Amino acid sequence: MPLLLRPFQLLGSAVLGVLRALGHLVMFCGSVLWSAITPRWYFGEIGRQMVRIGFYSLPVVGLAAVFIGAALALNIYVGGARFNAEQFVPTIVVLGITRELGPVITGLMLAGRVSAGIAAEVGAMRVTEQIDALTTLSASPKRYLYAPRLIAAVLTLPLLVVVADIIGVAGGWLVGVNSLGFDSVVYLRNTLDFLEMSDVTAGLIKSGVFGAIIALMGCYYGDRSQAGATGVGRAATLSMVSAAVLVLASNYVLSTLFVEFGL
Amino acid sequence: MSVPILELKGVEKRFGGNQVLRGVDLDVASATSLVVIGGSGSGKSVMLKNALGLMIPDAGQILFDGQDVTRSQGKDRDRMRARIGMLFQSAALFDSLRVWENVAFRLVQVDRLRRKEAKARAIETLRKVRLGPDVADLYPAEISGGMQKRVGLARAIISQPELIFFDEPTTGLDPITADAINDLIVEQVEALGAATVSITHDMASARKIADEIAMLFEGKIIWRGAASDVDVSGNPYVEQFVQGLAEGPIQPGF
Repeated sequence: MPLLLRPFQLLGSAVLGVLRALGHLVMFCGSVLWSAITPRWYFGEIGRQMVRIGFYSLPVVGLAAVFIGAALALNIYVGGARFNAEQFVPTIVVLGITRELGPVITGLMLAGRVSAGIAAEVGAMRVTEQIDALTTLSASPKRYLYAPRLIAAVLTLPLLVVVADIIGVAGGWLVGVNSLGFDSVVYLRNTLDFLEMSDVTAGLIKSGVFGAIIALMGCYYGDRSQAGATGVGRAATLSMVSAAVLVLASNYVLSTLFVEFGL
Repeated sequence: MSVPILELKGVEKRFGGNQVLRGVDLDVASATSLVVIGGSGSGKSVMLKNALGLMIPDAGQILFDGQDVTRSQGKDRDRMRARIGMLFQSAALFDSLRVWENVAFRLVQVDRLRRKEAKARAIETLRKVRLGPDVADLYPAEISGGMQKRVGLARAIISQPELIFFDEPTTGLDPITADAINDLIVEQVEALGAATVSITHDMASARKIADEIAMLFEGKIIWRGAASDVDVSGNPYVEQFVQGLAEGPIQPGF
């Protein structure tokens, strides 16, 4: 091939490689989604995964939320003081937490804790032939392994976000009352008076989508894991990074849609 | 002659530029034990995964009891898999399940047998592979490699399959435990009357469990004969492999 055409060849093969990978990903996610919405469901596995993904994530989500809420109150107080708008701290904290930070922080924390965990677990099962064993025992890995994780993540993320919302607002309230001189009753009244159901709903819808992203990335990279410790480690890293980036990107897309539709 | 329980006809498989199987032809009659020997990288595992339906061959046909393995779908495939057992090289036990849940996995998850009944069947099958009921409630990480192989064997035979695949059944075991596993394989296969296909490069194991031996080299079956004839095959490749010599037509796979 002439030297001049070489860059085009490299570009072409890179584009084809990306399209191939994207095709694999879409096919995989589509088939896992199909397995999740059609019988048969392994309810025992779904319950186990809900405990692992939801219950065991409570401490990390709660701690992150309380600190985020507290820091948010402080920063809004400092910024608001420039416009004599300190009284808006409770309102902005609750809106910021419910619409944005609650779901996003929960999504990012779980991208690390859950997505990487799923990828490492599924990857180890892949390289030790446990997934092949499932197939030979007539149990579809997509139905038995992946769909329960997807269903559990989609169901538990919104519950975790409700907890994060409450704890995040409580963090702001603690700082507002103890450091910024707010009256406790006034702070809570301002928090509730300006909060609308749609603020909470928007966060919950986002968190359901984040749950799907986190579980699918973990399963996808785990399923494609290469042999050895390096392969499994790489699968965990890739799943965490991909889930985190997709959580942030989908957060922007969903926020735009919510603004468009007035949610 | 009756229909073989398993037939491979001209099976080919390639990974990128690497042609691993180059037209494998093999058949296994009911209630006979075939051992496929061959060096590392000769394509034994790929052949086994194709025969099990875990990989799709690029060309050729794989028939189980006359039914095309690569074309069967849904319930047909499940019914076919219920008649096949498999012991993986690493036993491939599910870490998160107890020993009895591993053994009874198909009974509970696929056949939907009640757990109490499935556990009783699992304990009975564990006894057949010389494991006591005290092992049933342990997790795979809590038992030795030899015990894991026995649990894997119990899982492979619990549904009384007509065909059982063994992937390197003695790899990683000391010679005494390996011999005990070979004895168990022979004993259980005889009791079931099942056909078996084993792949191994352990000649002691091959001699013990095989009725027939075939040798796979560079993706093709280059010799097949009765197990008793393996030492007088007249095939230089087989002779080198059986005698474990570095010198000969097969280059060591460094």
